[in-house]
Amino acid sequence: MCADKIKIDICCGTTCYLLGAADLVQLEAKLPDEWKDKVEIAAVPCLEACTTDKLGQAPFVRVNGELIPRASAEAICECLFELISGQTRGGAR
Amino acid sequence: MNGAERMRRELMIRVVRDFTGGRLEETIDRIPILLRPKNAPFSRCCLYHDRAVLKYRLMALLGCRLEDEDDESKPLSAYLNEALAADLSIEGEPLTVASAGCSGCPESRVVVTSNCRGCFARPCLFSCPKGAITVENQQSRIDYDKCVKCGRCEKACPFNAITRTVVPCESACPVGAIRKNEHGVAEIDFSRCVFCGQCFGACPFAAIMERSQLVHILQAMKRGQKLVAIVAPSALMQFPGSVEQLFSAIHQAGFCDVMEVALGAEETTAHEAREFVEKMLAGQPLMTTSCCPAYVELVRKHVPALLDKISTTPSPMKFAARQARARHPDAKVVFIGPCIAKRHEAREAAEVDAVMTFEELGALLAGRNIDLQGQPPWPLERPAAESARNYARSCGVSAAVLDELRRSIPELADFKLDVQTINGIDKKTLRTLKLHAAGKAPGNFLEVMSCPGGCVRGPCSLVK
Ligand code: FES
Repeated sequence: MCADKIKIDICCGTTCYLLGAADLVQLEAKLPDEWKDKVEIAAVPCLEACTTDKLGQAPFVRVNGELIPRASAEAICECLFELISGQTRGGAR
Repeated sequence: MNGAERMRRELMIRVVRDFTGGRLEETIDRIPILLRPKNAPFSRCCLYHDRAVLKYRLMALLGCRLEDEDDESKPLSAYLNEALAADLSIEGEPLTVASAGCSGCPESRVVVTSNCRGCFARPCLFSCPKGAITVENQQSRIDYDKCVKCGRCEKACPFNAITRTVVPCESACPVGAIRKNEHGVAEIDFSRCVFCGQCFGACPFAAIMERSQLVHILQAMKRGQKLVAIVAPSALMQFPGSVEQLFSAIHQAGFCDVMEVALGAEETTAHEAREFVEKMLAGQPLMTTSCCPAYVELVRKHVPALLDKISTTPSPMKFAARQARARHPDAKVVFIGPCIAKRHEAREAAEVDAVMTFEELGALLAGRNIDLQGQPPWPLERPAAESARNYARSCGVSAAVLDELRRSIPELADFKLDVQTINGIDKKTLRTLKLHAAGKAPGNFLEVMSCPGGCVRGPCSLVK
């Protein structure tokens, strides 16, 4: 079962925490109920994305291995929607 | 978190990172440009305005009083060199206004917007007690010679067509200490300001800044000065991980020892309970807490009749600083908390040498790549009492003092204890406070916290 879950790693390294991850800690509450058992949310140590300017800006979140820079609850939901329904919101692109 | 907070934190992290990497002197003049490169989006009228305000932001971060700027061509590196050569403690008020950042928001008034449909019933016109509204060309109009800003038309309009413009800093300030000067930009009147930090959080242009000691602290560490960190109880829940892990991280960031301010709060509790009984037995009708520095300043400047009712018990910060000094006579003491007014209290107190906010602490850890997860727990000599750690929350102080009274002072049975609390200073609670001063409000023990909810909601806290 667990293997099928979408893994959401919220970086709680100090840089990410300071620049917004502190607000993402309640992400679970913001997800639609029907998604809640499909995801596995973890607070993880520094993803080392903050040490270079090349990967974008903190806070970083990793969804099934894909790095989302300047992550917000909305951006994460967008990404989850694609993974769960296999399409982008608002139709095929 | 909003854009202003984000920018503030980003700058702090960058400054710590570059300082730690030994390159700040060379990078500091470039930071405004690196953060606002050409072709990148900007927030004010243009890129150049953003960069100009970033320069002021960095000056405030270096501890400058922006009002004192007399040479606009002076580069940031020159200000940095001054800060590096200066002592740890800095003088003067903790807040400063960047006039270039102030948008000069138009004076607050009630306005009719284009939503007005010029309706038949005209409730606005009928609700106005001053006859200030007329209708011209199917649009309501307000005669500002007559309008008293009562807002009744605003409430009466079924189309939400009437609204009130605000000057956020002025409406946030509980004591009328911030006003436009002759150039139309905000200016703080420090004979009125209580350093509560409400304007600082309210200004959407982030033009009101705190004068930081961050670089002074970094430089003291580099010079090999021993620094002890005393950490406010509101630190709990501000950072991921346990307090013990946070303390280990603070130690790793360059402090020789880390202590809980809550240990000082224990002393405050015992002392304040004793003082309360003495005062009551001597016939004093009311005693108030003294631990919130914005409240103490409020009384000094606006409710002097309460001055002799404030407890003379030192604040937890002062007691904790004394403990820190006793343990490390050769070290300087840095208070870490969520508060701007503490900067002021520390500058007046001999016990504390510098103040750092939770935001600055976070930036210190981030800039030095210190993570909290995986930190070993710091060996606390003993954890502070729960009641002392609760000082950070509204009602925490009075609960601790009450508890202490019940436990240790039997003569208490002779009089009735009546605890009142003021949770957040605003224009309304200021009126309540004046009633207490005039002896027209109930209660013989009054707890006052400037921030609604207590220190945990302080202006420089990370999680609100
Ligand atoms: S703190 Fe998040 S990537 Fe380093």
